[in-house]
Amino acid sequence: MTQDNRIAGGQIDRSRSLRFTFDGLPYLGHPGDTLASALLANGVRLMGRSFKYHRPRGPIAAGSEEPNALVELRSGARREPNTRATTVEVFDGLEAQSQNRWPSLRFDALSVNDRLSPFFAAGFYYKTFMWPAAFWEKVYEPLIRRAAGLGSLSVQEDPDACDKGFLHCDLLIIGAGPAGLAAALTAGRSGARVILADEDFRMGGRLNAETHAIGGQSGADWAAQSVAELAQMGGVRLLPRTTVLGAYDHGIYSAVERVSDHLAEPLPGKPRQTLWRIYSRRAILCGGAIERPIAFENNDRPGILLAGALRAYANRWGVAVGQRAAVFTNNDDGLRTAHDLAAKGVEIAAVIDTRPDGPRLADMPHFQGAEVIGSAGRLGLSSITLREASGRVQTIRCDALGVSGGWNPNLGLTSHQRGRPLWDERLAAFVPGPDGPPGLSVAGAAGGHMSTHAALQTGTGRAVQALSDLGFAAVAPEVPRAEDAPVSITPIWYVPHGKGRAWIDPQNDVTVKDIKLAHQENFRAVEHLKRYTTLGMATDQGKTGNVLGLAIMAGLTGQSIPQTGTTVFRPPHTPVALAALAGRSTGKAFRPTRLTPSHRWATEQGAVFVEVGLWLRTQWLPRPGETTWRQSVDREVLATRQSVGICDVTTLGKIDIQGTDAGIFLDRVYANTFSTLAVGKVRYGLMLREDGIVFDDGTTARMAEHEYVMTTTTANAVGVFRHLEFCRQCLWPDLDVQIISTTEAWAQYSVAGPNARRLLEKIVDQDISDAAFPYMACGAITVCGGLRARLFRISFSGELAYEIAVPTRYGDAMIRALVAAGQEFGAVVYGTEALGVMRVEKGHVAGNELNGQSTALNMGLGKMVSRKKDAIGMVLSARDGLVAEDGLRLVGVRPVDPAQPLTAGSHFLAQGAPATAAHDDGWLTSVVYSPNLGHAIALGYLRNGSARIGERLRAVNLLAGTDTPVEIVSPHFIDPEGSRLRA
Amino acid sequence: MIIPHPLLGPRDAQEFVYLGDASLIDRPDGLAADAADRFHDYLYLRDNPAGLHRELWYHEQGDRSWLVVTRNTLTHEITQVELARDVARARGRGR
Amino acid sequence: MPEHRLAPLTALGHPDPMVVTVGPVTLAEHTDIALASLAARRGREGDVAAAAQAIGLPLPGPGRHAAGPVWSAFWLGPDQWMVEAAFQTHEDIVAVLRPAFGTAASITEQTDAWVRFDLAGDDLAAAFERLCALDVRSMQPGDASRTVIEHLGTFVIRGRGGITVLGPRSAARSLHHALVTALRSAF
Repeated sequence: MTQDNRIAGGQIDRSRSLRFTFDGLPYLGHPGDTLASALLANGVRLMGRSFKYHRPRGPIAAGSEEPNALVELRSGARREPNTRATTVEVFDGLEAQSQNRWPSLRFDALSVNDRLSPFFAAGFYYKTFMWPAAFWEKVYEPLIRRAAGLGSLSVQEDPDACDKGFLHCDLLIIGAGPAGLAAALTAGRSGARVILADEDFRMGGRLNAETHAIGGQSGADWAAQSVAELAQMGGVRLLPRTTVLGAYDHGIYSAVERVSDHLAEPLPGKPRQTLWRIYSRRAILCGGAIERPIAFENNDRPGILLAGALRAYANRWGVAVGQRAAVFTNNDDGLRTAHDLAAKGVEIAAVIDTRPDGPRLADMPHFQGAEVIGSAGRLGLSSITLREASGRVQTIRCDALGVSGGWNPNLGLTSHQRGRPLWDERLAAFVPGPDGPPGLSVAGAAGGHMSTHAALQTGTGRAVQALSDLGFAAVAPEVPRAEDAPVSITPIWYVPHGKGRAWIDPQNDVTVKDIKLAHQENFRAVEHLKRYTTLGMATDQGKTGNVLGLAIMAGLTGQSIPQTGTTVFRPPHTPVALAALAGRSTGKAFRPTRLTPSHRWATEQGAVFVEVGLWLRTQWLPRPGETTWRQSVDREVLATRQSVGICDVTTLGKIDIQGTDAGIFLDRVYANTFSTLAVGKVRYGLMLREDGIVFDDGTTARMAEHEYVMTTTTANAVGVFRHLEFCRQCLWPDLDVQIISTTEAWAQYSVAGPNARRLLEKIVDQDISDAAFPYMACGAITVCGGLRARLFRISFSGELAYEIAVPTRYGDAMIRALVAAGQEFGAVVYGTEALGVMRVEKGHVAGNELNGQSTALNMGLGKMVSRKKDAIGMVLSARDGLVAEDGLRLVGVRPVDPAQPLTAGSHFLAQGAPATAAHDDGWLTSVVYSPNLGHAIALGYLRNGSARIGERLRAVNLLAGTDTPVEIVSPHFIDPEGSRLRA
Repeated sequence: MIIPHPLLGPRDAQEFVYLGDASLIDRPDGLAADAADRFHDYLYLRDNPAGLHRELWYHEQGDRSWLVVTRNTLTHEITQVELARDVARARGRGR
Repeated sequence: MPEHRLAPLTALGHPDPMVVTVGPVTLAEHTDIALASLAARRGREGDVAAAAQAIGLPLPGPGRHAAGPVWSAFWLGPDQWMVEAAFQTHEDIVAVLRPAFGTAASITEQTDAWVRFDLAGDDLAAAFERLCALDVRSMQPGDASRTVIEHLGTFVIRGRGGITVLGPRSAARSLHHALVTALRSAF
């Protein structure tokens, strides 16, 4: 293909050609081209199909507001749907495909929907797909999804990554048109830290698209010169290709920078995009304005564009969308398109101005007081029909039409915090209201200051104001001379002629008829109108069409536009890829991984790991010949109970608590008493929430008179620390107590089993005989010839057990030393599964029982709650609802038939009782297979459980389809007297 | 949001953990005769104002200070930030 | 220190500290600093200040790190600091500090709770703006702050020649990955 529609001028580098394809056909473009400008240069107007009716469509805009020209880019894993051809930069090798068409863009089978359009009017889905309900998921939704689609995903892993980042500035300037550049120059020269962000790859905004002069040079040259000056300023950061997406509290803005989208693939290590969180002290919105169309019958043909876009393609990209162009306008700005195109040598077939009294254009066919009432051309515009002021109708041959219904300030960000736009009669447009985000001012066309001069002046002025607020001495530079034409518009929203459809929202196929239908069916409030018709709910969020829709509704209801109101905008300002929101948090980097000190050793041993919060813990350690996890776990449990086992328990939270009031403090945060604990002793502690429910449990050791070490569950380590700080700072600020987490500082191993002491005697340098180091003793020791360590004689398994802690860097050496020392005893290292089996065998509660709903009484630990002292949760744990005699109690459970398995989550039901909630007697919290007993065992909460030991019930699990006869037993399956602990 | 920390200056609210109404500082005496009623009120009866609200924030990813932040729940404007420890003392809490 | 037969591993799980270079930046794991938290007991703030002065331990204010010939420290919270000294000579740092402070302070070993990475090179802010919300570009030597890097609570300390990051030791590999990724992205 040749660039037949390429004309002189523009900001493209004609010295270089870039090859790209669209739907498989090869084309040439130049650096500086967008995909849309390059396709238009090559005479391609048809770029997509509409969402609902599959109408042929081409671009109507030249920027991010584009509703029609959505394409897929690239191929394979990098395929990306729904990108706007009007913002895509052409690069060598770019592959683009049209979407939402089958089998081809020129012949789309589903364009039959267009013939069926009477059935697809607003509310169609709501009315048609209502019943039967079961049809929705299986029939309707898949059907609709196939027919009404946008692009499709590659369904392959994204080979690229996005970054997230944080930027700080005094002044954020959003948009680098004349207002933004003037603001940035003013602020940059004052020495402030400035960020200037613009969504385009070339800064300058409309200056690049217009022929206006600034101070004797072209607007585009002035913009380029200003950007060059800003780039030299140390305090100014230029962010081209960066869209500010949202305005959040206290001067925080989000923005996405398209770092590598203009490249075939990112450079090594570089992100595809970066999502910035920008902290600003002040911000100025200089987002310009967006042109809106006038609706008329069949106004959606490829070749019909917004007038400003038509001249942007000519001025900036050297592209004549058609050889013979027409312009349809209700305002002076539209006339510029005719003027600029004519100056570029494009034949002007007609200028149709709805105003009878607008400025008269010489040298071209100019119809004043006229309207376009229709268009023709199957896959692109070939002619328009106009009705002159006299009523005479004529058809004019043309292949491009520029339509201008006026300009809407691009004010989306001003309403991200519920700010309400105001209607400006003079501009016939909404302008930012006074209730925008604090710290954000608006300059240029975004604020309704439409001329170039006004943009420069307000940009400068807003910057001076912001800088002065921040204490910078800002000098307003002299504003160069520039175009300063007033806005002259006589609003008209649609041409009431004919029975055909006139499009308002081309992407979602919302027409004037749909607005009328919504009115007829009483969906008249703007929010109802939007949802009933889907007006403005497409990917462009109605940037070009929304005002038309509500103005037409206003006309139908007889209300004014301000009375009708407007929907407000929410972030993001333009669509953002989920990958940008995910940043680097994908795959294994989704969240950090915490490794235990024995991780390296366990990896060497072929351990199976389990995620416990962020931790990776050893779940079990298979040995050669073991083919199921149960074989490994059973072996680990039996070896521990028969001889000795070693387990990494570093993940338990450890909090160092010191101070002369540490004991009093512990008395208040634990339900039981700690101030009476002897130095060198450990005690089990139960921590309640203030509402009386158990929060956490663990052991706390008194290492010295005013020094305790608390352990928490792995899951609650952070929450308990936060709670302790709350108690310390907010409840008892004058207690002398200092706390700090030491979880990571110590590698801690449990050594459990009848041979635990004999093993440790080979490690510990001091005497740890039962007399010297009895049950529940603790203290500082040394190991392996002098390394400082801590020893706690505590047990979760129910065996003679110790926990030994060394500084973490020695944790790897320690596990190796323990394993070596244990070799003669046949010591095993056991994982979390075996740990779980042994704690259930012993009847110790853990996460499944500490479920945030259970009290000490439920757990059989009611006596631990001291009533002699005031502690967190003490009062409300005695509430009526929590102390019922027949409430849930922790029990042990075994299947009546030892061969039968149990299922956690099963509910207790009496013999013969129906499986309904009314007969629910509680549930099984934890189920394991006990290799020591040779059958499944469980813990559970059973109504009035303590009084029901020996009873036979059923454990029913409707999900698993099991109904198992069980016997209620003591939760202490092994060594209920605790003689092993004290051995 | 940005919380102006009294010691560390402006910090992103993402560094903080929210707890709730600053009246949680006023924990009743658990040994008082009417403790049950007072704890019920303390724990379950809170105001939910549309406007100024004094609330507890914890600088978990910072200096671990609990703060009392006075915030307008309608505008998110923050008008005052104090160390909760100072507030607690001023409200008569000690040992 | 007494001899013992246990060999240490670095937080990244190797016998020796890891050093990587990305573009102009060197990222080095640092294992030879002993750490202890020091918190003044209630009403003993003056005693702590005096004791610190006596041993040449600087106790900086909020958001600051201060270096001394033997002892350095950075601020953790009100009346609480993290004290640093050479690991070689102060491995049992609590045992060294405790006699100096007596009952005036609560002192807790923190050495192996942290992994320490030192970054040296130009324009480190270009990498850090992809890591944390701190305004690293404006940080002056001696500024020290706790913040979040990839969900991890970390300290970022601006030195004269670079930036030191202290993060949770158990997540050393994740933190290292985050730092290297940001460096590759920035340089």
